[in-house]
Formats: sequence, C-alpha cells, structure tokens
Amino acid sequence: MWELIEANRRKSLILFFSLGLTLLLLGYFFGSAYYPDGGGFIGMFFAFVIWGILSLISYFSGSKILLAVSGAKEVTKEVHPQLFNIVEEMKISASLPAMPKVYIINEAAPNAFATGVKPENSAVAVTAGLLARLNRDELQGVVAHEVSHIVNRDVLFMTFAGIMLGSIVLISEVFLRSLWFGGGRYTSKSSKSSGQGQMIIMIVAIVFAILAPILAQLLYFAISRKREYLADASAVRYTRYPEGLASALEKIANSTEELKTANKVTAPMYIANPLKPKGQKLSNLTSTHPPISERVRILRSMSGGANYIDYQNAFNKIKKSNLPIIPSSGLADQTTIGLKEASITPVTLGLNKQTKRDTGDIMMKVNNYSFIDCSCGLKIKIPPDFQKTELFCPRCGRKHNLNS
Amino acid sequence: MTGLIIVLVLIAVVVLFVISMYNSLIQLRNRVKNAWSQIDVQLKRRHDLIPNLLETVKGYMKHEREIMENITKYRSQAMDASTVGEKAQAEGLLSGALGQLRVQVENYPDLKANQNFLALQEELTSTENKISFARQSYNDQVLFYNNKIQMFPSNIIAGMFKFLQEEFFQVEDAKEREVPKVSF
Repeated sequence: MWELIEANRRKSLILFFSLGLTLLLLGYFFGSAYYPDGGGFIGMFFAFVIWGILSLISYFSGSKILLAVSGAKEVTKEVHPQLFNIVEEMKISASLPAMPKVYIINEAAPNAFATGVKPENSAVAVTAGLLARLNRDELQGVVAHEVSHIVNRDVLFMTFAGIMLGSIVLISEVFLRSLWFGGGRYTSKSSKSSGQGQMIIMIVAIVFAILAPILAQLLYFAISRKREYLADASAVRYTRYPEGLASALEKIANSTEELKTANKVTAPMYIANPLKPKGQKLSNLTSTHPPISERVRILRSMSGGANYIDYQNAFNKIKKSNLPIIPSSGLADQTTIGLKEASITPVTLGLNKQTKRDTGDIMMKVNNYSFIDCSCGLKIKIPPDFQKTELFCPRCGRKHNLNS
Repeated sequence: MTGLIIVLVLIAVVVLFVISMYNSLIQLRNRVKNAWSQIDVQLKRRHDLIPNLLETVKGYMKHEREIMENITKYRSQAMDASTVGEKAQAEGLLSGALGQLRVQVENYPDLKANQNFLALQEELTSTENKISFARQSYNDQVLFYNNKIQMFPSNIIAGMFKFLQEEFFQVEDAKEREVPKVSF
C-alpha cells in the first residue's frame, strides 16, 4: 500500500514538472515576443514568480479557503454521531495517522469533498442533503472515497495542478489581451536584421498562448478522472462493500438540486461533478469526473473481492480496455479480500418530504439550534439566540424549561 | 593506502545498509504494534458499551435471559484473555452472542424505537465496524512485517537481531459464519 502511494506521488511529480515546464516555456516565448534580447528569461522569471506566489498561498491556506468558499462548517460529534463514527471507521481502515476534521455544508444538494495537503491535517466535508439521503453503508462508501483522496495525496496534486493550470491560463490571457493594446510597439523598435525572426517568435507565442491552456486542461482532466477511479477502487478496499458507493453515486446523480457554492475551481474536488454539463457527449473529454453511470457499472460488476486487482478487472470488463487505472504495485497484492455482506438498514429513495425535513434538521443542528421533543410528538426547534428560559409547546401548550 | 580506503568505504557501505535495514524492520514492527493497539482500543470500547446496552434492553426483553448471561460471560472472558489467539476466540464468541441479541431485538418494536437504544445501536454498530477494519489493517501490517523478516536480505538482519514473526488476528471461519448477518 505504501508503494501505491509512492507510485501515485511519482506520477503527480511528473505531471507537476511537465506543467511547470509548459509554464516556463510560456513565459519564455512571451518574454521574447516583447524583448527579443534576453526578454525570454525575464518572462520565465515572471511566470515562475506568479506560480510561486499562488502555490504558497494554496499550500498554506488552500483548505481553509476551499472550506470557506463552499460554506462548510466544522461540527462536533453531537451534531451527527453517525457521520463522525463513519469517518473514524475509515480513518482506521485506511490507517490515517490522524482523524480528519468533519465539516457539514449547508446545502440541500448531495455532494462531498476532502481537503488537506497532508494526511495529518485533513478534512472531510459533506452536504446536509447527502446526510439526509444516504443510509449508513452509502455514507460509508462516500466517506471512504474522500478518505482515499487524502491517503493517495490527490488533494495535494489537485491543488498544485489546479494552481499551475490557473497560472498558465492567467498568463496566456494576459499576453493575448496585451496584444490588442499595442503589443507590436516593441517589435517595430527591434533591429532590422532580426525582424523576421521576431515575427516567427511572435507567431509561435500566439499559437502557444492559445494551445497551452487547452492542452494543460486536457492533461489535467484526464489525470483527475483516473484519480476518481483509483479513489473508487480504494474506497471499495476500505469498506469491502462496492454496492454502498455504487448506490450512493446513483442517488447523487439522480438529485436535481444544484450545488450553489461550487464553481469551476472547486468542482474537481467533489465526489461527483457539481456543475452539471449541458452537452453530455462532448464533456467526456473535458470533464474532471468519469461519468457516474460508468463508475456505478464498474462497482456493481465487482463480485470476486475487494482488492485493487478486482477493481481493475471490473474496469477492464466494463470499459473493454486495458488502461491501467491502478499502479502496478497495487495490483501486485493478490490476496483476496472478501466482500462484506449488506447490513439491512432502511433506505430512503428519492427526495420525499422526510428527506427535506431531515436536511433542514441537519442544517439547523449545524447552526447551533437546539431540539426539544415534546411528549405530544412535536419536535420544537429553538434558534441559538432565543432568550427566554421557558417555552410553551405550540401544539399542546406544555411548558418546557430551557436550561442553557 | 588505496586498498585501505576501499576497505573502509566497503565497511561503511555495509554498516549503512545494516542500519537502514534494521530501522525499516523496527518501523514495520512498530506499525504492527500500533495496529494491534487500535484493535485493543475498539475491543475495550465494546466492553464498555455492553453494560449500557444490557441495561437498556433488560426492561424489554424479560424472556431472553440466556443471551444476556452469555454476553456477560463472554465479555469477562474476553477481558481476561491475554494472547492474540485467546483474544480472537473470546471476541468471536462475544460477537456471536451480540448477533443473537440483534436477531431477538426484531421482536420488540418498542425497543427498536427507543431513542437511547438507537444511539447505543449506532455506537455498537460502529464499534463492530471499527474492530473489523482495525483487524484488517493489523493483518496487513503483520503481512508486511513477516514478509520483510522472511525475505532476503532483510532476513539475515532479522535473524541477527531476533525479530520474531507476528501472529495474524484470525477469527475461525466456523465462528465467523455463526454470527447472524442481521442488523438491528
């Protein structure tokens, strides 16, 4: 398992350096397009500085920013004991060195993500809508998927690759726009002899500025999709129960609500793409997530066991290809890990009145509302800024003392 | 002179190699120990939960005396067990008895709706899960460690410093199957 993480990390490094190289080349071409004499190195320097600043910010406060942007709130065990227990179970199963912090997002759409560049300091965030819809096994599947992202260092990769991609897009944009506003000023000043060479460099720079962001994006998406499969495979290994994750993904896919707090930058972090693409066909190439139906089909066809090799076999069968999803070190472990049997828990299907009510209750709990069960059967919800020390039940008129 | 340097360099390389081998063995052994303590923590948690569970259930289930006596008996047996093998056996019996209790609970709708019982049930389910996940992770670590001890060249160093093989946490198959797969 340690080798698996190492292999994943090595791949991240390769991608990381190739994106970095693209970034530096970009800087070089743009620089020389402006100042033919030594401008290339000034361009490289600027590209490097922009990237460095963005990386430092995201490394040290990336998770905080992400959690704040998505409106996630850290919760204690009292708010949702089951979620806490499940996160702890997955921590044990994945041998994480420390318990991830648990966050709940005030949203009705079901989704989840994980953050933390180091496993020692990580967090798992799920939406209130997810908690209301999923049963124990399904929630376990989702949490396992998120914990795998932490273990496989995907969060670190996503953050840095995302930043690199962002820098490439940013620099290209700045360059292309500056062309509109007197970009040619410097070319006219240049010496007569290099006029033609200058022209070629200019054209190369423009072509590069248009192509680099697209290529970098495709590369990023392809690798991020592969990581989703790997995280699914790890989730199965941790829970030994592929059906849990499969039916959770199905429920997430079937929900009609939109996640309001997600945007283009945060989208790759979620378990399922929160931004629903309109043209489904085209998006396969440019999506950060593999299609859910495919992920579900792969999970459902796992019958032999829960080890990595079983996932790879299922993947080959469904996709009819031999694309290696799991690094070879993961496949080397041939021991059979038996599948767990289903525990029978009530399953709420679709979005009924009860799920809506549960979602609301979870959100209220996150926001420090207290609950009183009146003996007439009514559940009284008290906002945290309620001042009085006693309260009468609105249905039956019983008096309740509030001690807090 | 050069001969001496070559010999010294060779010795240094061998010493460094032995040190790194030794350290990785220690690291693996510590992982095994850590994984074992994880199981222990969860087993202890289960033992702590059982009296509360019995207390809550008692009022409802007057006719299932035998199951409850068994749970109490196996709990104290499990707490006294010291070796890995003994522990695995006693905990297996305890799991079985708890499973029987789960089946019986189906017959008591009032109990199933009891808030206190629901909370306990969640804790117990989670503890059972944690035990089985911790067991898996312990066995993984033991496998890594034992492999290292048996494989060349680390087996030489393991032999020199008396690194002993660790025991897997095995639940006998027959016992495992006895546990009814029914949740509350």
